[in-house]
Amino acid sequence: MNACVQTIADYGLRAIGIGKRLLPREDFTLCEQFTLIGSGMIWNVYFGVLALIAGFGFATLLALGKASNTKTVRKPSEWFIFLFRGSPLFIQFFFGYFLFLKLKTVFPIFAPFTAAWLGALVVLFFNTSAYTAEIFYGALRSIPKGDIEAADAYGLSGWSRFKHVIWPTMLRLAWPAYTNEAIFLFHATTLVFFSGFPAWQQRGDALYYASYFADKTFNPFIPYPILASYFILLTLCVIGLFSIVNRRLNRHLPANTRQRLRIRPNLIR
Amino acid sequence: MSIYWSVLTVLLLLGITAPTALAFGFAGASATRSRIAPVSWLGRGYIAVVRGVPDIAFFLFFVIALDQVIEATRHHVLCPDWVEPIRQGSDFVVCQAAKMPQGNAPQWVHESYGFAIAVFTFAIVFGAFAANVIQGAMAAVPRGQIETGESYGMTSRQTFWRILVPQMWVYALPGLSNLWMVLIKATPLLFLLGIQDIVYWARELGGIKTSRFTDYPHGDWRMWYFLALLVFYLIFTRVSEITLERLMTRLTRGQATTTGEAQRKAGTT
Repeated sequence: MNACVQTIADYGLRAIGIGKRLLPREDFTLCEQFTLIGSGMIWNVYFGVLALIAGFGFATLLALGKASNTKTVRKPSEWFIFLFRGSPLFIQFFFGYFLFLKLKTVFPIFAPFTAAWLGALVVLFFNTSAYTAEIFYGALRSIPKGDIEAADAYGLSGWSRFKHVIWPTMLRLAWPAYTNEAIFLFHATTLVFFSGFPAWQQRGDALYYASYFADKTFNPFIPYPILASYFILLTLCVIGLFSIVNRRLNRHLPANTRQRLRIRPNLIR
Repeated sequence: MSIYWSVLTVLLLLGITAPTALAFGFAGASATRSRIAPVSWLGRGYIAVVRGVPDIAFFLFFVIALDQVIEATRHHVLCPDWVEPIRQGSDFVVCQAAKMPQGNAPQWVHESYGFAIAVFTFAIVFGAFAANVIQGAMAAVPRGQIETGESYGMTSRQTFWRILVPQMWVYALPGLSNLWMVLIKATPLLFLLGIQDIVYWARELGGIKTSRFTDYPHGDWRMWYFLALLVFYLIFTRVSEITLERLMTRLTRGQATTTGEAQRKAGTT
């Protein structure tokens, strides 16, 4: 028991570089595997949360752009969404990494982008923006006509109409799909350290450590189920948070017409 | 030269996996509809388990796990008088005869064995998703259609094959085409399974030097190689999108759906 507390103290924050430098080499205990994979989750949460928050704003803009009547705004948004939804995230990571490497040689300011904490975040941010924008765009198109007519009748227009009527309705309609997108994004964060971005001083994410253990012990039956259980916990947290927001978005509707969150786990992007 | 072969590898993977996954999906979905309870549970369990586990962890896990399960089974069958345990600390030891493929097998056997395991993994994972789609599609076929079949005196087997199966495709197609897109975008993960696919060759050929040749006469071209891959995947998804759209129009002809109805009206007037 005490040994385990010591292990947690040594490796609990290993993923961000605090604690023992060397990873355990042999005689892996269950405690070590739990602690290290758990500390790797810090990165998954970091990538997921930041990309989600930043992507939310950008996705709203993109969705509005795609729904706009002006061609100069619509075309770039459509292309952006197509580019990031049409190609595998894995290839995007690789391309992003080598692009940043190249840019670094010309503009030294791009140096931090070749590290995972910023470079991968940027790629994830663009990717989730594109997917979310498509969801929001679908929701924008299915806003009931009556809602907008009612807003017009109240004399709302422009920004105030968007803020009070269109935007909340769009969110309400898009929310179940957006929840899936969020879960999906957290799963996608596991790709980061397998796609060019180096894990500096072995500071990797949960899957990085899980595959480290699987490689060392030749036993996939312990680290991967641990990883899976961490992810199921994370997914449950995401669902919990999103359903609170969902309840707030739907609070004006009668209880029997409210949209329920339907969780459809997706596979890969 | 090898990069062209690896493109073929990817296409081959798609070509084999898609029908296999469809077969898995069909079997899974039919199993859930079975009147024998254990068969139905088996189908439901398969769908629930595979869909619940997060993405690439499954791929990484399954390949090693499958390999070890095969070797362990062969070990028990072929060398029954072996007394030592299979797991010795961090080693996985089986007798010589149980090695899969045999240690003295030619190189291509090793490669195709790895490929076969990868295909099987893909088929299992995507089969579960396809099963889910097909299950929904079977439920979406109007009840009246089956009742009509029954009233003509068809047995349940006949209604299944002659009425349910031909009609469900139109409901399954949107989901299946979605899945096809996901499958295309999942192919770069072959790289993670240790297959020398296009990602591998893009990294090798684009780099300044490789493990095998000393120097290439060009600088770091990896960025351009990955740009080419990105474009390749974009074109591929776009072409599939258009093809599936056509297929959908073809399939809805004469069906009892809104689009089918609209087509009928457009045809008559």
